[in-house]
Amino acid sequence: MHLAYPAVLAVLLFCTGLYGVLARRNAILVLMSVELMLNAVNLNLVAFDVWLRDTLHAGQALTLFTITVAAAEIGIGLAIVLLVYRNRGSSDIDRLRDLAERPDGADAEATNRQPDTEAEATA
Amino acid sequence: MTLTTTAVLVPLLPFLGAVAGLFLGRRAPGFVRPLAVLPTLAAAALTVVVAVGQGGGTATDVATRLTPTGSIPIDLALHVDGFAALMAVLVGVVATCVQLYSTAYLREDPRYASYAALVSLFTSAMLLVVYTGDLMVLLVGWEVMGICSYFLVGHYWETETARAASLKAFLVTKLGDVPFLFGIFALAADAGTFRITGILGSVANRGLDHPTLIALLLLAGVAGKSAQFPLHTWLPDAMAGPTPVSALIHAATMVAAGIYVVARLLPVFAASAAALIVMAVMAAITMVGSGLAALAQDDIKRVLAYSTVGQLGYMLGALAVGDRGAAVFHLLTHGAFKALLFLGAGVIIHAAGTNSLAAMSRMTGLARRIPDAYWTVTVALLALAAIPPFAGFFSKEAVLGAAEHAATGGAHGIPGAAGWTVLVSGLLTALLTAAYATRLWLLVFKGSGVEAPDHGRQPLVMNAVLWVLFVPTLALGLTAPFLPDWFDGRSLAPALTTSVLGTGIAVAGGLVTYAAWRHTTALAARTPIGAVIADPDAPPGLAEETAIATHAPVYGSVAAAPDPADPGRLLLGPLQPHAAVGFHLDAVYTALFVRPVRAAATLVRFLDREVVDTYVRGAGAAPRWLGAAVRRAQTGNVQTYLGALLAGSLVLAVAAVLIATGTGA
Repeated sequence: MHLAYPAVLAVLLFCTGLYGVLARRNAILVLMSVELMLNAVNLNLVAFDVWLRDTLHAGQALTLFTITVAAAEIGIGLAIVLLVYRNRGSSDIDRLRDLAERPDGADAEATNRQPDTEAEATA
Repeated sequence: MTLTTTAVLVPLLPFLGAVAGLFLGRRAPGFVRPLAVLPTLAAAALTVVVAVGQGGGTATDVATRLTPTGSIPIDLALHVDGFAALMAVLVGVVATCVQLYSTAYLREDPRYASYAALVSLFTSAMLLVVYTGDLMVLLVGWEVMGICSYFLVGHYWETETARAASLKAFLVTKLGDVPFLFGIFALAADAGTFRITGILGSVANRGLDHPTLIALLLLAGVAGKSAQFPLHTWLPDAMAGPTPVSALIHAATMVAAGIYVVARLLPVFAASAAALIVMAVMAAITMVGSGLAALAQDDIKRVLAYSTVGQLGYMLGALAVGDRGAAVFHLLTHGAFKALLFLGAGVIIHAAGTNSLAAMSRMTGLARRIPDAYWTVTVALLALAAIPPFAGFFSKEAVLGAAEHAATGGAHGIPGAAGWTVLVSGLLTALLTAAYATRLWLLVFKGSGVEAPDHGRQPLVMNAVLWVLFVPTLALGLTAPFLPDWFDGRSLAPALTTSVLGTGIAVAGGLVTYAAWRHTTALAARTPIGAVIADPDAPPGLAEETAIATHAPVYGSVAAAPDPADPGRLLLGPLQPHAAVGFHLDAVYTALFVRPVRAAATLVRFLDREVVDTYVRGAGAAPRWLGAAVRRAQTGNVQTYLGALLAGSLVLAVAAVLIATGTGA
């Protein structure tokens, strides 16, 4: 099989994932997009491993690592999303802006007011 | 002990006493008094031993060189001749008297320990100046005295007057010390040595290259230290210090250092006729001006201060006509009777509870309260007015005789103009001196009005010291026939013409003042002038401090009081307000120095606040604005950050590829 097929497929998958990370609002969908990007990389690793006829199969070994890391990452990520949802009643990424800089001079007051706004949001 | 060892011990003992007093003052208060009195007393005894050992014979001159300097060497040199031996006796005796007096005068003062140590240090520095044979070592003693004077004048630093006076004393004397330092350098460069004997030798053999310049530079330092016009303004203000300090520093010793240095270096000054004329004119202005100013002062100690300035003018006048024997003779007698006058004034201020002559002239019976001070001060005032047979008469006649000798052309190398200047101003000053001495005596002891407050008997030691100083005041003049052996050999016996003239003028001055007093004293009852009388049980130091602090608020000025019954007011007429403020010399200094310095300070403040700080503030503002701009990018939306990150990475990647392939560049 020609190397172009898996490579093009990987590019498509990565771009889809990238678009999802940058554009989706729902945190779960963002996590899924991250998975897509990781798997595009995995596909590349396997494809190039075969094409280069590597005797040690380093690409395939690395793929196994990536899958493991991805599984751990998605586990923690989903737990965070779950907690954020419980606290905020929403998991929209573009509404989680607590770390935004306020305009001049409002810094101190903003950090002081933070607990209040959170409390209101939970209520 | 050889003469050298003894002479070395003389300045060393008070110095060690001062060091020990400073260190032990807090820990062992019981040792403070012995440490103050005993080293000074021992030093005084040793000065007598040195004087007896020297005996007016040839000068003892020894030196040791500590380390080579590469150019003109500096020696630890000792030079004991007749002048030095007798001066040291005066310093030792007066310092001992002052230390004894202070034990009673400042007996409850919380800062007595440091005070006594500073007085000891001062004594040691003065003795160093007297005995040293090297100008650099002399300068060390000279400056140590300056700083001690600063601390001691500011002893009552709680009062504004004392703080201002100590600063003024320090700054004005320093103003003279800078030219003095340059003068010493110039002199040493011309003569090739700092040793006084070496300098005098080279003056005698081949002369100096710049005699006038050197003499005038040295004269500036002498004017500062010895309170001569135009640098005399610090001395009357320095009366804000305790009375024993005034007696020691501002009458008998420190101000005498300037005269003593000129006496030691007289051939250097005599090498330049211009310098002698300047000295004579300076002395004349100082004498007459201070006599007029003394007549207008209300503070008893300021009268004495101006009289000190005037008597120092006599000594400088004697030096200007080339007779250092007469100058040092007057220095010795003046040291004795002026110390007595100041210490007596301390007793009077304590007894009256005020330092104002106007207030004292409205008290009856002050003389009965303090009989010891009454008799001793009366005799000291007679000595000051140069009435025979007291000490001041002989020394002042020696000065006037020397001036007359020079005026008639009898002195070789001395301009006749200098002689005439000194003679005329000296006679005029004799009149003024007698006038203010009489005024002081009449106002203090012959007041009329309420009974003087009863402070009980004065401490025994204070009265005893007065009687100790009474002896030389009475009898020092009788040594005139023997002193020429110790000095240059020129006769110091009074000449008939000047004696009759001087005494006659002095008696006339006294009588005129008495007549004026008889005329004005009736007014005293009609214009009551109150005084802030200190608590009768207050120690003398505290009473004086109160008097100094309250004089300006009560009478409107530190110098004068609005008293129509003052005979000085009648005698001076329209001059009185000007004389009271020292002929506005302070105002001139304010216009010449204080205002320009203040204006310069304002300018510097403006430059610092408005110009330099603008740059500093600008340097802070620019990063703040940049920061504010960058903060707008912090929206809190993670996806925006990631988008920016991606865009940045892409740009970097494209750039890296382009550079790697070489197509972009």
